[in-house]
Amino acid sequence: MAKKLLEVKNLKQYFGASNNPIKAVDGISFDIYEGETLGLVGESGCGKSTTGRSIIRLYDITDGEILFNGKNIHASKSRKEMKAFNRDMQMIFQDPYASLNPRMTAGEIISEGFDIHGLYKDKKERQERIAELLEAVGLNREHANRYAHEFSGGQRQRIGIARALSLNPSFIIADEPISALDVSIQAQVVNLLKKLQKERNLTYLFIAHDLSMVKYISDRIAVMYRGKVVELGTSDEIYHHPIHPYTKSLLSAVPLPDPLTERIRQRIPYVHEESDNTATLHEVKPGHFVYGTESQITKWNK
Amino acid sequence: MRKKLLEVNNLKINFKTYAGIVQAVRGVNFDLYEGETLAIVGESGSGKSVTSNAIMKLIPQPPGIYAEGQILFDGKDIVPLTEKEMSKVRGNDIAMIFQDPMTALNPTMRVGKQITEVILKHKKVSSADAKARALKLLELVGIPMPEKRFRQYPHEFSGGMRQRVVIAIALAADPKLLIADEPTTALDVTIQAQILELMKDIQKKRNTSIIFITHDLGVVANVADRVAVMYAGQIVEYGTVNDIFYNPKHPYTWGLLGSMPDLKNDVKEALRTIPGSPPDLTQPPKGDAFAPRNEFALAIDYEMEPPMFQVSDTHFAKTWLLHPDAPKVEVPESISRRIEGYLKEAHENG
Repeated sequence: MAKKLLEVKNLKQYFGASNNPIKAVDGISFDIYEGETLGLVGESGCGKSTTGRSIIRLYDITDGEILFNGKNIHASKSRKEMKAFNRDMQMIFQDPYASLNPRMTAGEIISEGFDIHGLYKDKKERQERIAELLEAVGLNREHANRYAHEFSGGQRQRIGIARALSLNPSFIIADEPISALDVSIQAQVVNLLKKLQKERNLTYLFIAHDLSMVKYISDRIAVMYRGKVVELGTSDEIYHHPIHPYTKSLLSAVPLPDPLTERIRQRIPYVHEESDNTATLHEVKPGHFVYGTESQITKWNK
Repeated sequence: MRKKLLEVNNLKINFKTYAGIVQAVRGVNFDLYEGETLAIVGESGSGKSVTSNAIMKLIPQPPGIYAEGQILFDGKDIVPLTEKEMSKVRGNDIAMIFQDPMTALNPTMRVGKQITEVILKHKKVSSADAKARALKLLELVGIPMPEKRFRQYPHEFSGGMRQRVVIAIALAADPKLLIADEPTTALDVTIQAQILELMKDIQKKRNTSIIFITHDLGVVANVADRVAVMYAGQIVEYGTVNDIFYNPKHPYTWGLLGSMPDLKNDVKEALRTIPGSPPDLTQPPKGDAFAPRNEFALAIDYEMEPPMFQVSDTHFAKTWLLHPDAPKVEVPESISRRIEGYLKEAHENG
């Protein structure tokens, strides 16, 4: 059994006034095992990006616990501990245009973390490390001196990936890393992420709204709706045997490159059914969890 | 026999830039019948949006130049029309739905007025009639409580509802041709599915012709009757939706299909990718523009541009691989296996 790298326990992230908060993430729990990819899907506004940002401490969480390697990451810590944590967990952002500083060269962007963490102080060693990172993501060493605007969208996303890899993290949060790219470039980036995962034993939290790519890249998938994880299981299980009506509705809306299937496609509309406060995550099959009350689960499972 | 509504002949569009003349569209030919949907697919920079904007005559001149070709709408060439004449065609005959419903709507004007404005411009009706028509349109595009919604501003609508308003505006003057440029790209999948259903429903009711620009092959399979695949300013493959998805002939189309994961068969092998990037269209390469990225490229691809070869009555592809003397190259195995799977399942389902 693989080791649990990340444990999210009853995470709550509220925004706005405390008497009438916006419950962006409303009590979710899941684990991520070492070396796996967990896909987090849902519509815009369901809280998937907020979850990623809370995990990497871009927000102070409202309630709950996040354990990384068994340590609570939101507990107060010394500066030194924080730095060690920051090296171990990195993020890749959606927009390769907005996430790279236009005034810095690719080399400077990738090596910024070295300054912060006091690594590779020798100039030659540093150049070598930058070149190695650029080559790992399919660029070449000459690219180090170019500015972001000289690269295409796909190449920029590769720079974003090289930056995330620069401090040798074990866990990477990828927040919609491919949705701004063309289809053929999406495939290149997804192949690259899979290759890097194999070579470096990386663990990914892959956040996306495109179910087809998520199904392809993920070992397990968590489906979010209105701040809650409504279904969680292996990607094949979620795709072929969904139980929660929301997951069914979401899957029924994904168009496939197959005209004969598309001609007979029946979209399943989703009607939200309020659950009372007895609703929890039920394990309906080993490793397959569905959120709801006892009676809802029985009804859906038929 | 259905009537031909639109015919584009050898259309060439250039843009003057400091770096030189960009040949954005390089000799595009296609036609469109009444009540038919043509999907144009391709990567960014392939010329698909320039082609559709050219039909609306929305290419700013300068820097744009209609270098060559005709756009016959109902048999009449619209390329030489003046801006004044064209403003009658726009909205009335041809209307456009844009990608981003937030920027396509005026944030300071009530939604109702944005619809009646179009009706009053193109139809000789009283403002009361215009309002009645606008309410009908809101109902047609599936917006609940049209009376109330009529008086609201765009910010009071969700993304999907806003796109419905944009569609209502496009339909306001009963156009025969609707050009939709990535109309669902900014939307969630569930909302996307609803908008696609709506567009097909409207097409059925009004016999509207649709040009649908997208890079999502799943969406193409859902909406299109025919498909044109564009690369570097040219159509490289053209056929019915079944021709393109079940019998693709151009290596670029193979590349596009291969870069989508195969969901049904749980295949976890690496995705096929198209290496490299599209050519610089200020100096289009000699020969086949796709050759440098094509693993099946022949020597002739670097010398001479291939013609459109006819595969069947409906199916054409611009690749030397279809020449009788070319070596036999089959569809890559990962794609043919997927197609077989799809066809088998369709057969089983009747």
